[in-house]
Amino acid sequence: MEIKIMKNRKQLSQIGSHIIMILVVFIVLFPMIYAFVVSTQTKSEYFKFPPSMKIGTGAIENYTEAWYKGNLGRLLFNSTFISLFVALGKIVLSILAGFTFVYYKFKGKTFFFVVILITQMLPLPVRIVPTYMLMSQFGWINTYWALTIPFFASATGTLLFKQLYTMIPSSFADASKIDGANSLQFLWHIVIPLSKTNIAALFLIEFTFIWNQYLWPLIVGNSIEVRVIQIGLKQLIDTDAAVNWNVLMAGTVLGMIPPLIILMLFQSSLIKGLSLGQDK
Amino acid sequence: MQTTFKSSKWLPYLLLSPSVIIVFIFFIIPSGESLFYSFFRLNITGTRKIFVGFTNFVRLFSDPEYIDSLIRSVLFTVIVVCLGLAISLGIATVANNKSKFFNIYRTLLIWPYALSPAITGMIWSLMLNPKIGVISNLLYNIFGISFNYMTNSTHAMVFIIVAAIWKMLGYNIIFFLSGLQMVPKELIEAAIIDGASPWKRFIKITIPLISPTTFFLIIMNTLYAFFQQFGLLHVVTEGGPGRATDLLVYKLYRDGFISMNTGYASAQSIILLLIVTGITFFQFRTAKKRVFYGN
Repeated sequence: MEIKIMKNRKQLSQIGSHIIMILVVFIVLFPMIYAFVVSTQTKSEYFKFPPSMKIGTGAIENYTEAWYKGNLGRLLFNSTFISLFVALGKIVLSILAGFTFVYYKFKGKTFFFVVILITQMLPLPVRIVPTYMLMSQFGWINTYWALTIPFFASATGTLLFKQLYTMIPSSFADASKIDGANSLQFLWHIVIPLSKTNIAALFLIEFTFIWNQYLWPLIVGNSIEVRVIQIGLKQLIDTDAAVNWNVLMAGTVLGMIPPLIILMLFQSSLIKGLSLGQDK
Repeated sequence: MQTTFKSSKWLPYLLLSPSVIIVFIFFIIPSGESLFYSFFRLNITGTRKIFVGFTNFVRLFSDPEYIDSLIRSVLFTVIVVCLGLAISLGIATVANNKSKFFNIYRTLLIWPYALSPAITGMIWSLMLNPKIGVISNLLYNIFGISFNYMTNSTHAMVFIIVAAIWKMLGYNIIFFLSGLQMVPKELIEAAIIDGASPWKRFIKITIPLISPTTFFLIIMNTLYAFFQQFGLLHVVTEGGPGRATDLLVYKLYRDGFISMNTGYASAQSIILLLIVTGITFFQFRTAKKRVFYGN
């Protein structure tokens, strides 16, 4: 009898927490759903009072207008190209660094490790003026260079890979040595295939990070050739006297789809990778 | 200890060089230059420099605009971190049971992590739009508040706090969930037998056991609140109305790139550097002393 009551109670609390969770998920996702709904409505539909949550009839017009007026094709290409390039660059550089710290003995190891880690203490606002001046000395303003090369180093990535490589059983390296492989062959044939999860996690983190950047592209990448989606959407707000919310939301939805796709593809690795990065 | 490889002397340096060169050119040297320029009055091209000693710093701390911005940023950070973490922990505690839907919730909750502060700002400025916004309509109909972040300073601040918390919600919940899953069931059961109330169990067992997660999230959220808000501010309020939402990063941008006060902006960068250093120092010290890491 008592056991049955306890069981019932447990089920009840389970149902209760499901209801709360569905509500929470709805609240957390609501802004994105709403953005999508408005992106399909015509002007008279989203000006209705009270606001309507129905999918509207203006989707094609809105997305077409956003695409041509905001030059979204170019903006999305720029954002994708820059984010991919930086994410890949960061992955390569941090694998090399992480591998070097674990598998070689050399002078100044601690020094170089601290040098790479220190980047975490130097976010862009701390060095923005001199870095901008450097870009103009290099002639990099309004080029892809300024938007990519300065971001190639990664403390997060170096830590992530260093930690992973410390945990690879040392028998792997021993066996490769006996087989007569040198360190670079070991890196290429053994270590990189073992790094897949971390590579995926880092790719997701960095792709999203670069895609979502704002301040730096605003300062060094304002020409149409290299402008990214974030800045382009802001200009979509500023061009008209009154904001066309449906068109703007169409642009916004297009601007959030690529990182969402990457998120969905690599999410499971992210959770593993992040929890790895957590106990540093 | 990992087996190390023998190699030629220069190979490790060669492999490290891309990272190290980039860190020096784009991180360490510019940060040093920030410090150097903070003692000068100069133009953005750096062609004319006049040494002014500590004048920029003196000016900074006698500038009521800067002091206001500093206080506002600290306040913003404290609210975003405390409120954001409290809400996320609450939700995570409710969500923490091993059901088959658990993974679906987790998958959906992380979505806002992929959004940029700028896009977050655009969506929220639609929802809180004084005329057509769905939430501002609700606020008016239920509470009689006519929410207008464009003219009301408090509303503007509430706006950026809510949007900033919302964006981090998914991220925080996921970390709390993974922390909560590591709390041993036996401990909770033992406490139930001893007659501890749910609240007491939460305070005495759960909170101490998830302190590493909480601590990690405090650091991440603090850095986020201090340094990641520029996009949101630039899209939504541009620091306004008046200077109601002029956080430190926005003020730095205005002084450095709109008014072209290069030396003055560099001095602000140095203050930000001190803040990051403070946070990092706190991170190392507390991590050693206070936080319970299990065995």
